[in-house]
Amino acid sequence: MRVPLILICLLLWPLSGMAIPVGAPLEFDSHEQERQYQHLLRELRCTVCQNQSLVDSNAALAADLRAQVYEMTRAGQSEQAIIDFMVQRYGDFVLYRPPLRAETWLLWFAPFLLLLVGLGVWWGVLHSRRGVQRGSDDYDIRED
Amino acid sequence: MRRLFPLLASVMLLVLLWLGLAQNPREIPSPLIGRPVPEIFLPALEGDAVLSHGDLQGEVSLVNVWASWCVSCRAEHPHLLALQQQGVRLVGINYRDERVDALSYLEEFGNPYHHIGWDGDGRAGIEWGVYATPESFLIDKSGIVRYKHIGPLNQALLEQTLLPMIRALQEEG
Repeated sequence: MRVPLILICLLLWPLSGMAIPVGAPLEFDSHEQERQYQHLLRELRCTVCQNQSLVDSNAALAADLRAQVYEMTRAGQSEQAIIDFMVQRYGDFVLYRPPLRAETWLLWFAPFLLLLVGLGVWWGVLHSRRGVQRGSDDYDIRED
Repeated sequence: MRRLFPLLASVMLLVLLWLGLAQNPREIPSPLIGRPVPEIFLPALEGDAVLSHGDLQGEVSLVNVWASWCVSCRAEHPHLLALQQQGVRLVGINYRDERVDALSYLEEFGNPYHHIGWDGDGRAGIEWGVYATPESFLIDKSGIVRYKHIGPLNQALLEQTLLPMIRALQEEG
């Protein structure tokens, strides 16, 4: 006998509320704590898998660091205190957003510097073309 | 001169990119260098003893973070044994490992360590900023971290960097 799919779905539906999430669900004392925890997982880098944040990574170290962030958050530590804790151990590298400092000045402003250089070159080229056009006729000779 | 400019600029850019290639993005400078060793209290891998940061004072030590599941640890193991032969005090931190596995690993390949702390849950690893085993930290007599190497030790590193540093630190007052 064929049981209609919709019937199966309806029978199973109450069970979906009991679905167990992967890993133990985390409990927080307040919404603020949960928000801080989620935010930190996105701000901190998994140092083994360098292009992933703690929230993205499945690495064992990332799990350890998530547990560390969770415990510190539950203990009522501020966001800055937890970031400082990580930086003291893993260095600035653990931050997804590099801090603005003397050493990182070039990193932050190089794009604007390059834009300025580009504008300079553009202006230079324009200027020299005009100069050539106004000047002698060897411009035509060079063109072919 | 005007025509040379683009050529010069591209050559400079090439040199810059070439230098960039030679850098290893996996090597993150450790913020621990120049600072006292982090606090640790670890149970010994075997027996009732405890390994603490206090054990890293008074003598030059090389702290080596290893695990039996770590493939590159096997590659560096002969170098650790050689260091021990040369009188270097090695202190192991067995990282995220099962005690049984760690002990049979040492039985198979030899035990170069003076002390071994067992860090089953990786907590001490976090204190030391460990992210890729093996990692080695050179500690001076007053318990200050002086150098860190990430990844397996090799002959060239031993001869050119590590041993000269150890000798120099041993002679320090």
